[in-house]
Amino acid sequence: MAYSEKVIDHYTNPRNVGTLDKASHKVGTGLVGAPECGDVMRLQIQVDDNNVITDAKFKTFGCGSAIASSSLATEWLKGKSIDDAMKIDNMDIVEELALPPVKIHCSVLAEDAIKAAINDYRVKNGLEAIVSEKVHH
Amino acid sequence: MNIPVYLDNNATTPMDPSVLEAMLPYFVEKFGNAASRNHPFGWVAEEAVDYAREQVAKLIGASEKEIIFTSGATESDNLAIKGVFEMYHEKGNHIITTVTEHKAVLDACKHVEKLGGKVTYLPVKEDGLVDLAELEAAMTPETILVSIMYGNNEIGVVQPVKEISAIAHKHGALFMTDAVQAVGKIPVDVNADGIDLLALSAHKIYGPKGVGALYVRRKGPRVKVTAQMDGGGHERGMRSGTLNVPGIVGLGKACELCMQEMESEAIRLSALRDKLQAELTVLEESYVNGNQEHRLPHVANISFKYVEGEGLMMAMKDLAVSSGSACTSASLEPSYVLKSLGLSDDLAHSSIRFGLGRFTTEEEVDYAIEVTKKSVTHLRELSPLWEMFKEGIDLDSIEWAEH
Repeated sequence: MAYSEKVIDHYTNPRNVGTLDKASHKVGTGLVGAPECGDVMRLQIQVDDNNVITDAKFKTFGCGSAIASSSLATEWLKGKSIDDAMKIDNMDIVEELALPPVKIHCSVLAEDAIKAAINDYRVKNGLEAIVSEKVHH
Repeated sequence: MNIPVYLDNNATTPMDPSVLEAMLPYFVEKFGNAASRNHPFGWVAEEAVDYAREQVAKLIGASEKEIIFTSGATESDNLAIKGVFEMYHEKGNHIITTVTEHKAVLDACKHVEKLGGKVTYLPVKEDGLVDLAELEAAMTPETILVSIMYGNNEIGVVQPVKEISAIAHKHGALFMTDAVQAVGKIPVDVNADGIDLLALSAHKIYGPKGVGALYVRRKGPRVKVTAQMDGGGHERGMRSGTLNVPGIVGLGKACELCMQEMESEAIRLSALRDKLQAELTVLEESYVNGNQEHRLPHVANISFKYVEGEGLMMAMKDLAVSSGSACTSASLEPSYVLKSLGLSDDLAHSSIRFGLGRFTTEEEVDYAIEVTKKSVTHLRELSPLWEMFKEGIDLDSIEWAEH
């Protein structure tokens, strides 16, 4: 199976690899997936007082598409408000990276990681977690 | 050195140029049908097939009359298992195999089950070998066939074939082996090993794709299989269809070359494999899968923990290897062979199979070592699991959100 150029680009030069201070109340962390399934994503966001994401970092255990999906997610998150970030849809990632059907779960995982990171931040700051109504197919 | 480097010789091998040379006259010039008994075109073809039959038989210590040419090992496995089941169903309906067999054997067994047969799928030990006591215990008066592979395609372990065949025979069953990975790589002798049926393939031994053979014992006992392909009654009535003369000539030549080179190649390849393995297990948290004593000389299957196999292969884009990770399949299930060794899913997802071959050079192995080390290190820097491991977090203590 051939990878799209964008997947190869993100895989070869992953953006924003790293770790933010999990203990900081300004940092939200999302850890999704499972080692048994062959992919685990950890996505972290740093949020300022205006609820704008100023920094995002990731680390991913998984295939090239999983790594590319999370790398792309960190790029998209920077500069967005947490409300706008909540609207990122996995199909946007599928489209941008031209993921084939067998790799759609990688984009789902990235969306889940974004939501988990935002909710972690919200809960830390006394806000309610937002439960996603979305059903993935 | 040619880039990319090919280290996937358990999947297929490049054809030896002298095999191609032997085949070439049989396409245009000597195109006859080996079954045409009444003119020189047929005689020339028949003579070539007979010669190839001797070459194949010699490699496995058989008689040329015991070789049935097929389209490959998948067909040979199907013919052996379904053919024995149909031929001997009055004697019994039970077949024993193992969970680590090739799909051609497993699926042929599943087919037999649909026809009313009973199949026991023996588990294997942690090192990939069959537990002989378990085999003995599984034998019943109804058992007509024990089908256990010679060398495993994913981890390279070599089963105790002599002991297995002795158990099968003691209980009056036939012994069949899928020897695709072993033939031409290590000495295989149907008489010394007590083999009644044996499947082999040309393209794993530097021959062409689309041709293989089934060895069917003719003496002590005389074994018969019911044909699975009906037609002109070729191959002693066991496999109809016009013989693939150029392919068969290629298979014969490939066997002859293996006969000449096997001994020295086994020494050369196991030395290269051991070097590769020694260098790569210097990496922290890397594990060799399968028994390391009883195995083929040219395979190493290594798990690099906290790195996912498919992601790793993408990093090693100039190295052609294969992985037990099944990330590309819809099921997300990693290799059933690795799982049956009791490997956790994450280790199975982290495995890479390195398969060396006749044309593998030391320079290529050195390149593979360098690229693998670099890629594993790079991907671990990207891996949250590696970071957690380094921080001393027990990954089993985390409640993972399965998806």
